[in-house]
Amino acid sequence: MKSISKYIGNIFQYYIVRRFLFFILIIWLASTAIFLIPRLSGQDPVKEKLLLEAQRGGHMQSGLEEMAKAYQKKFGLDKPLIVQYGNYMKDLVRFDFGPSIAYFPKSVNSLIGDSVIWTLGLLSVVTFIAFFAGTLAGALLGWPRSPGFLQYIFMPILTLAAIPYYLLALVLIYIFAFNLEWFPLFGGYAVANLPSWSFSFAIEVVHHAILPGASIVLASLGFWALGMRGMMITTQGEDFMIQAEAKGLKGVRMFFNYAVRNAILPQTTALALSLGTVFTGSVLVEVIFRYPGLGNTLYQAIRLNDFFVIRGLIFIVIVALGLATFLIDIAYPLLDPRVSYKKG
Amino acid sequence: MTTSTYTETDWKIRYKKRFFNFLRYVRRNPSLGVGLGFLLSLFLFVVIGYAVYDTERFRPLKTGTDLAPFEYDSKKGRDGYPLGTDRQGRDVMSVMIVGVPLTIQIGLIAGIIGITVGTVLAFVAAYFGGWIDNIIRTVVDVGLTIPGILILILIAVNLQSGLTVTQMGLAVSAVAWVWPARTIRSQVLVMREQLYVEIARLSGTGAISIMFKEMLPNLAPYIGASFVGSVASAILASVGLEALGLGPFDSPTLGMTIYWNIQFSSILHGMWWWFGPPIVVLAIIFVGLFLITAGLDEWSNPRLRKRV
Repeated sequence: MKSISKYIGNIFQYYIVRRFLFFILIIWLASTAIFLIPRLSGQDPVKEKLLLEAQRGGHMQSGLEEMAKAYQKKFGLDKPLIVQYGNYMKDLVRFDFGPSIAYFPKSVNSLIGDSVIWTLGLLSVVTFIAFFAGTLAGALLGWPRSPGFLQYIFMPILTLAAIPYYLLALVLIYIFAFNLEWFPLFGGYAVANLPSWSFSFAIEVVHHAILPGASIVLASLGFWALGMRGMMITTQGEDFMIQAEAKGLKGVRMFFNYAVRNAILPQTTALALSLGTVFTGSVLVEVIFRYPGLGNTLYQAIRLNDFFVIRGLIFIVIVALGLATFLIDIAYPLLDPRVSYKKG
Repeated sequence: MTTSTYTETDWKIRYKKRFFNFLRYVRRNPSLGVGLGFLLSLFLFVVIGYAVYDTERFRPLKTGTDLAPFEYDSKKGRDGYPLGTDRQGRDVMSVMIVGVPLTIQIGLIAGIIGITVGTVLAFVAAYFGGWIDNIIRTVVDVGLTIPGILILILIAVNLQSGLTVTQMGLAVSAVAWVWPARTIRSQVLVMREQLYVEIARLSGTGAISIMFKEMLPNLAPYIGASFVGSVASAILASVGLEALGLGPFDSPTLGMTIYWNIQFSSILHGMWWWFGPPIVVLAIIFVGLFLITAGLDEWSNPRLRKRV
């Protein structure tokens, strides 16, 4: 018996196990919040929405009856809360979020599936560019030997960092799409075309993605530059920098292999934390550009009061963010040998 | 020396001196000065606007829609509005004058609640440590990973009736305490090890007294910086919610103005006088608050003063 508890104790010491348990905890707390918040209001938004639509009639009339029935049966609303919670959790584990109310009988999953690739594609490229460009800019700004004119780019970058993505998106769309007509006004691809795996379509997608991407990159550059600049300044006084100097190393080598190598570590931690900000910030950018991603799907769902889509989307986004954070966390010891996998 | 010996003029001199000291400090800390200047100019804009301008025209009208700035209003037979009107006939100038204080009100409500709850949790966690700290820290870490606005969307969607400005502030405060709790906790942890806290503890001062009488005053500039930061993020969250269509529909806040702009595709109609002003005003608010945060950070942590 004693050996088992010792064994369990050892498992908890492992960094990966602890990070994984934290990941599970995030998902559990988030899903519980998603379950409880609608019930706290004392109302049943879905049922009321269905009743409202039934009274109003209109294009969603068909299938409303069976939807209401399916809804009642599925969630067992007459059963005690704890049973409802159990059923809800069972569905979540199977990633079953039920049907969309507005696009019945299309499932929430297929709606999300259509748009997830757009957001994932845009945000991964954009975050990558912003992270590296911003970090490099910050590293140069915090390096005493960089040319003096660099200091002049600091204020504009910093100012942009304080401005939300979507304000920048509105400005960019007005200047470059409406006035100069360099880029399309909206969409992920031209309306006339259907998505296909061709080179011309790929060009079109990139062309449509430049403005939304640019608004996110410009607005988030400053965040990375600011953090990196601070860390670079901190590394200046460190012993290893003095040693590098004493060895007579070339400036470039000192910059990349000594200063940047150490200063970049907290940036990767910040990367994990910033993913959520990048996603939520991009929601309105997608809305403004009518980009066919998750943000736009969320916006349409809010407009149509499509509760299942909202709920499913929020859950999936939280799982994705938790997973990304977990992956960055377990990759961290590779970058920083001082953090070992064995103990936290 | 007791304060009763001061005459009225002594007080005046003291305050004058303090004011000039402050001005001198601002010269060394330009970001604080510029940030305060930004917000002060907005304050003046609102105050003067309320004094000299007809602010009742923020309401939508059936007449006088889509007027460009100073365009001739044929219905009224005179030159129209300095910032034109929107597609529903709101006077954009009035909307700005009325909207700025409403938006800042949301930020202040959420910011005050957020910083209070966050500070209390931070002190409790850092001072007592142990399992209390473990629980608070874990909840805060989870809260940082889950984007607050997603939870806010969920809350707003479930409120059947539209939100008022005050309710909006209260809703946003539900997620506004997380970041202050985390940052202030780490500051308290550092401070707990300092000698004067140790001495207070050894001389038998109680935990509550140490927290509020010894540590809190020393953390004041830091808490101030995180308060300004949380006001900024509360405004950011509220404008985001409003732009998504989850805000107070009958209030002309800046976020609702963005929402109407998106709804009526003002950009595709080239109505720069409609989407321009809220962008400029929001940029002034965000950059101003950001600079004040940076300035207060510098004040609380003089090591940052060493610039490259």
